[in-house]
Amino acid sequence: MTSTDSRIARFPFPFPRDQYRYSTNVEPAGNPATTVAGRWGTTHLEIDSRYHEELAERERILTADPSRHQCLPHMVPAAWDAMLTLMRTLAAEYPDTMALDRRGDSWFWRNDLLGIEHTFVFGDLATLPAPPLVYICGQIQEDVVLLDQREGQLWGDAGLVTFAADWSFGFDVGMSFLEIHGPVPRVHSEKIITRAHNFLMRLEPGQSYRRTNWTLTVDGKLDTSTETYPEWGKDRRTLADGPLDEVGDRLFLRTEVQHLIRLAHSGAVMFLIRTYLLPLRDVASVPEWGARLYKVLEDLPVDMAEYKGISRTREPGMRWLAAHGNVEP
Amino acid sequence: MTMVLETVAGAGVTGTLTLTVREARLLCPGVRHVVLTDEGGRALPTFTPGSHIAVNWAEGRHNSYSLTGPSIEPDHYAISVRLDENGHGGSRWVHDLQPGQTVRVSRPRSAFAPILNARHHILVAGGIGVTPMLSHVRAALEWGRSFEVIYSFRDRQGAHADELAALCGDRIVTVSTPEELREALLPKLGDQPLGTHVYTCGPAPMIAAVAEWARECGWPPGRVHSEAFGAGPLPEGNPFAAKLGRTGMIVPVPSGTSLLEALLDKGITVPNLCRQGVCGECRLSVRGGEVEHRDLFLTDEEKASGDSIMPCVSRAVGDRLELEL
Repeated sequence: MTSTDSRIARFPFPFPRDQYRYSTNVEPAGNPATTVAGRWGTTHLEIDSRYHEELAERERILTADPSRHQCLPHMVPAAWDAMLTLMRTLAAEYPDTMALDRRGDSWFWRNDLLGIEHTFVFGDLATLPAPPLVYICGQIQEDVVLLDQREGQLWGDAGLVTFAADWSFGFDVGMSFLEIHGPVPRVHSEKIITRAHNFLMRLEPGQSYRRTNWTLTVDGKLDTSTETYPEWGKDRRTLADGPLDEVGDRLFLRTEVQHLIRLAHSGAVMFLIRTYLLPLRDVASVPEWGARLYKVLEDLPVDMAEYKGISRTREPGMRWLAAHGNVEP
Repeated sequence: MTMVLETVAGAGVTGTLTLTVREARLLCPGVRHVVLTDEGGRALPTFTPGSHIAVNWAEGRHNSYSLTGPSIEPDHYAISVRLDENGHGGSRWVHDLQPGQTVRVSRPRSAFAPILNARHHILVAGGIGVTPMLSHVRAALEWGRSFEVIYSFRDRQGAHADELAALCGDRIVTVSTPEELREALLPKLGDQPLGTHVYTCGPAPMIAAVAEWARECGWPPGRVHSEAFGAGPLPEGNPFAAKLGRTGMIVPVPSGTSLLEALLDKGITVPNLCRQGVCGECRLSVRGGEVEHRDLFLTDEEKASGDSIMPCVSRAVGDRLELEL
């Protein structure tokens, strides 16, 4: 299997039907989801062939803009909790290359993929080469947001996000969950966000759920955050104004697999956001996917397309799919 | 249906842990301290300070007890149980436990957690209500949180009093009557930095008194916390029968089994996703019978109309429910 084949086989195709609307689409994590091309979701943390490449990209972004990492002072225990939980998860899901052992008061961490062997004392910053979220996010492909629960609400008070799709974690930090989702169209009248909020606040320690979200991204850029808009914003126009032939390789279906996990020590809710990008050419190589993406884009209401930032790109995407994607005229 | 993150004993989040009594001793008159471990020596699930476990002491009977020991992947769980001569028998059962015995307990549940962004924590314990404060104090020390403890107990019978004194140093005051508690606490409630939170665990009159004093001192209710057991998962509910309107088939739904599970067990296809009453996937139409709505999906109006049910969490009020299936 080539790496493209495996990327298609493991791609979390996000559309169960021909129409997409917002919903509280959470399901228990860790169970494989099958698609017509393969399956995904057997693990909480996904290490794939782009591991080193994406970690290098994260490091580059973080060095250029350290504000991608935020940790309000009261979230320090939650950041340690998240790090230990992620290490424990990696060790459980990738036992051949990762291990976490407790040795009295200290912990021994091994990550063979990066040649790391490190001993640390939980909670003692002097024993880590970087703050806990920075340290562990240098070893996973997922972005992380930590939500504190207090006053009957969730607050996005810590995280490390380098691969944001058209939002800014540095802007959102310290906001409540409901404030963060304020600009999303439709979800308020349908009470989708309140329901998700109530659900998250009732998550039990150790429980984990997942959901998917999606958009379209030009040129497969992981970092399409508000901070770097001047660098990528014009791509949407150059794609729309450019030759149709290029769309299949320039326009990507972007799926986010988000895991929602209650951290057991701090009680914080951990959001893991993993971004998968597949060019339309590869999407269309699976006939059912090409046809379905076309129908979803065709049906998507204007306000949702606007919020997703795909007003300019969905037209060319549909035209390309109509020509190459098994779409019934 | 849910995954466990830690390498731990037990089947899963919703399952129970089967642990072995490693140690059981009298801590002070009437209070027995029991230490539970995994027989295979594995680490136990991490818990949030203030968490409790439900101990299964008879068929279908559980008592909740706060965990008093360390909280991060601990090698044991410890509980301290006061013998309640007028209780239903759960505390007596715990007092009769001997080392080597097997005990089934729930995974830890958090219902009395410290507020992470508090500037200062005042922990008020009454009698055996001291138990959740131990994990609070341990975490406060671990993370350098500002805190103080007022521990009220009678007749010099303070469970964990020495241990707490050793942990707290000069940050603990002990008292032995409600009047002394009032004298010790009122000045503190009247003079605190903004962002202080107070936590009370003890007899109901004491919790009410602390809340009342705090209110008189102008504290917002959101800064005053007390231990409330029983805020965990939904209760198991009464058994009932579901009649399928189209086929007339009767599906019994035992206590502790959801309507959704009962239908699926009979091979009846019901689309479902979250099984928590939030996603809306499993919604069914109701033809007859009254619904006890326990979901977060249906609107108040929809619940009032009574023609829909989310079978993953909701049940019948009576012994019969008729479904459009």
